[in-house]
Amino acid sequence: MITTDICIIGAGPVGLFAVFEAGLLKMRCHLIDALPQVGGQLSEIYPQKPIYDIPGYPEVKAQELVDNLMEQIKPFKPTFTLGERVDQLSKQGDGSYVVTTNDKTQIHAQVIIIAGGLGCFEPRKPVIEKLEDFEGKGVTYMVKNPELFRDKRVVLAGGGDSALDWTIYLANVAERVTLVHRNETFRGAPDTAAKVFDLANNGKIDLILSANLKELGGNGHLDTVILTDKSKTEVKIGTDYLIPLFGLSPKLGPIADWGLTIDKNAIEVDTTDYSTGVDRIYAIGDINTYPGKLKLILCGFHEAAIMMHSAFKYVYPDQKLSFKYTTVNGVNAF
Amino acid sequence: MINFTIEDHQGNRQEVEAPADMGLSLMEILKAYEYPVLATCGGMALCATCHVEILEGKDRLGEATNVELDQLEALPEYFPTSRLACQIRIGDILDGAVIKLRGEDN
Repeated sequence: MITTDICIIGAGPVGLFAVFEAGLLKMRCHLIDALPQVGGQLSEIYPQKPIYDIPGYPEVKAQELVDNLMEQIKPFKPTFTLGERVDQLSKQGDGSYVVTTNDKTQIHAQVIIIAGGLGCFEPRKPVIEKLEDFEGKGVTYMVKNPELFRDKRVVLAGGGDSALDWTIYLANVAERVTLVHRNETFRGAPDTAAKVFDLANNGKIDLILSANLKELGGNGHLDTVILTDKSKTEVKIGTDYLIPLFGLSPKLGPIADWGLTIDKNAIEVDTTDYSTGVDRIYAIGDINTYPGKLKLILCGFHEAAIMMHSAFKYVYPDQKLSFKYTTVNGVNAF
Repeated sequence: MINFTIEDHQGNRQEVEAPADMGLSLMEILKAYEYPVLATCGGMALCATCHVEILEGKDRLGEATNVELDQLEALPEYFPTSRLACQIRIGDILDGAVIKLRGEDN
């Protein structure tokens, strides 16, 4: 069990800056994010895009802002659980919470901050009947441990960079790799696409173009993928695994079941301190909503500062909070 | 004002009107009419959550850019009529078009 003062769900720019505001008040933070890296949308969706409305930066690349935030919060030694999704929240007798992730990591904290942006990025699923029946039983949307596929038959579907990259990687690991793609050409990196065509020409992999996934079969575990090919004929492929790789899309996830008031995928908060209707749970950044809300990084930063001053009373119930400027006190590292 | 028709996920059609002189995108109009469009990336053609099909009037809209096609072609479902609403500016080219919502609505 990880013990901390404040558990921040979402390691995007607002979640990261919240660590700084907490640190100024001597509160320690642990961050959880479903993505394998910090930065949220900035790192995942548009790392190289310039942002023009961060005060003090006429122009800053998204990834650069994330890197700077990581530098800024370093003195407060935040800890991270990345690549895991928050699943459960249980209230303890003293008012504190234990958060459990999908990988069963547990975090005990006095206060929970939801800084989840538009939710957690989950894999996009193709529309195939019975797909869900085979999840974890041959169907997987992510390659976490390539060794799982050693000497197995694997079908990958998709035409983006990750489908191409994993096809090349798994060609040397799996017994047989089949890549199924809807079009005749790939939009991914040309070098990578050329490598995939080479592998197919040399008989190292099976490449099926202009084909679509249609149906899955298997008794308890996936053993067949049925496709429709160019001529609309059904093709049956025996396989142990199917890995559909169609990118990521944001979902609110299990947070939706925590008893919070939710309006159009956003959590309603009280603008006095960005608290939700549930004791000791706050929501900041793109995931909250209130009259006049603007989904801007700079608004999230503001919310983080206000909200941490409110959370102080739960972490230090016996102390009086006195407001201090960093110009007066500096940044006192942990 | 430009008039066009929106078909939601349930197949209900509604005629909407939008100003042509404010530099708005189709995605912004869909949101203004409270259609369930996530538009995660805010209109940068980076998330494909504003995926729509142009059922009528696609040819007048011109070609999708490479950036837009990269997103569309990565989707599990993609049609010859697919576009990203955030990449379509409101203008005469949209007058009379019929647009079907395709992006994930939750």
